[in-house]
Amino acid sequence: MEITGNKKGKREFQQSLGFVALQMCLLAVIISLGVLLVFIFVKGIGVINPDFFIKFPEDGMSSGGIFPAILGTLLLSLVAVFFAVPMGVLTAVWLVEYSTSYKMVRILRIGINSLAGVPSIVFGLFGLAFFVKFMGFGPSLLSGGLSLGVLILPTVIRTSEEALLTVPVSFKEASLGLGATRWETVYRIILPNSISGILTGIILSVGRAAGETAPILMTGATFFTMRLPNSLFSEVMALPYHIYALMTEGTHPNQLAIAYGTAVVLMMLVLVINSIAIYIRIMARRARQW
Amino acid sequence: MGIKDKGMRKNFIERMLGPIASMSLVFLLGIALTLIITGMPAFREVGVLKFIFGNEWRPTFDPPYFGIWPLIVASFIVTFGAILFAVPIGVASAIYTAEIASPGVRETIKPVMELLASIPSVVFGFFGIVFISPILQKVLGLPTGLNGLNAAIILGLMAVPTVASITEDAISAVSKDLRNASYALGANKWETIVKTVVPAAKSGIFTAVILGVSRAMGETMTVLMAAGGARGVPSSIFVPMRPMTATIAGEMGEAVIGSTHYHALFAIGFVLFAINVIFNLAAEYVKKGGNK
Repeated sequence: MEITGNKKGKREFQQSLGFVALQMCLLAVIISLGVLLVFIFVKGIGVINPDFFIKFPEDGMSSGGIFPAILGTLLLSLVAVFFAVPMGVLTAVWLVEYSTSYKMVRILRIGINSLAGVPSIVFGLFGLAFFVKFMGFGPSLLSGGLSLGVLILPTVIRTSEEALLTVPVSFKEASLGLGATRWETVYRIILPNSISGILTGIILSVGRAAGETAPILMTGATFFTMRLPNSLFSEVMALPYHIYALMTEGTHPNQLAIAYGTAVVLMMLVLVINSIAIYIRIMARRARQW
Repeated sequence: MGIKDKGMRKNFIERMLGPIASMSLVFLLGIALTLIITGMPAFREVGVLKFIFGNEWRPTFDPPYFGIWPLIVASFIVTFGAILFAVPIGVASAIYTAEIASPGVRETIKPVMELLASIPSVVFGFFGIVFISPILQKVLGLPTGLNGLNAAIILGLMAVPTVASITEDAISAVSKDLRNASYALGANKWETIVKTVVPAAKSGIFTAVILGVSRAMGETMTVLMAAGGARGVPSSIFVPMRPMTATIAGEMGEAVIGSTHYHALFAIGFVLFAINVIFNLAAEYVKKGGNK
């Protein structure tokens, strides 16, 4: 009797100890990331005013706004998404609904995982050699956006695949049982029921594309241009590259303040994009009937 | 008959799905080919072994030295420094979030983690310069705070939300029946987590670790900004170093197109790529074994 009691006490002690350890880990993460956010926001909020968003840089990057960089980042992400989303979602559909050969799926999956593991700078090298040089797009919005597009492709595939897999098999069986074709089932049942998950993945990859620097370093980003991009072949300024350039090029002391401000804008942009994604997902989960 | 026909006939999009799906492989091979072709002149000129194991990276010296061993060592130091704490902490956070936290807390933590996972690497690198570097310099009494440790700390921080988020998805996907079966056998929550849920989510957790490592190894801007950039073979994690990714990003702008330096940077890209692919294949292999 007593032995069982002790054993139970020991097990409960183990459990509480385990829970506290896990909790500490989580707290450590939240605190360090909280420090990062607060530190940069506090230091950068000073230069943020309406002009900062809508004006061009002035006096050799030491004053003025960062409008061209904001616009450039949005355009680069847009090109990337237009490239990667159709391809990524359809790849996921094929993987989940159409693939018949286990071997092929396996090879493809290894390929996608490997592509996801490719360092971001390698996408830059690929973009430089292929889009800029081989295809002759030059350093441009198009080359940079496509490089980013290849980079986010695995993310789009993976998140779409996960979303498709959350649709219960019974839905599919019911649809096929009612005489719908496979495509009708995909189009009318599976995609609509997983759209929130797919959308979440897409929006998260927009955030990723907006924040990436390495792939655009040599494929289309430029430190400074007085002109706004007027075609896919223009070089563009971009927020992340702007931060890097401000920290490494030039010596004006005010550049640091602008760098803080740019970091705040970039983070706000990314945080807003991601908040939208998360909001969609939460709403969709609430609406879900199964 | 009619139904069967209807079911078998594929429309245009359906017929295109296979080729579209294979585009990922095409890109992967395209990247590999691009790196090999453009990097080849450097391998040929310097010699593969001399290139990889050469102790000196002095691309602009006369005569130049193209040995990337210092860069490889630097990459491994910062990656493993980062992973050493990112994996346990990330997995622990995910388990807490998925299994122990109340639904209300969970609904708050998960988005917070994801928002933080999405902070751009250049911001982390910036944070390394302006915040972590002065602290390291002061606390450890080092000549500079921009070193391997700085990069490892930030890379670890960056990898934690990635690892945690994917791990949590894997844990949440474990069926409730498994948990209930464990409880029915008399296990408490902790035992259920350790002996049932985590093993069941093993392959997902493993994926999270892989992604954490590849993210850390491939991170460019963070190490470019925070690791210090010294060219020698790093003697410890406390000295400035120049990982492979940082070398490519930092020097591509100044390398003359078509020069050995230019080709050598692509060759570094190939080495990076090869390390990553080997790592992923090994992971796939282990995962396959684990699922049997």
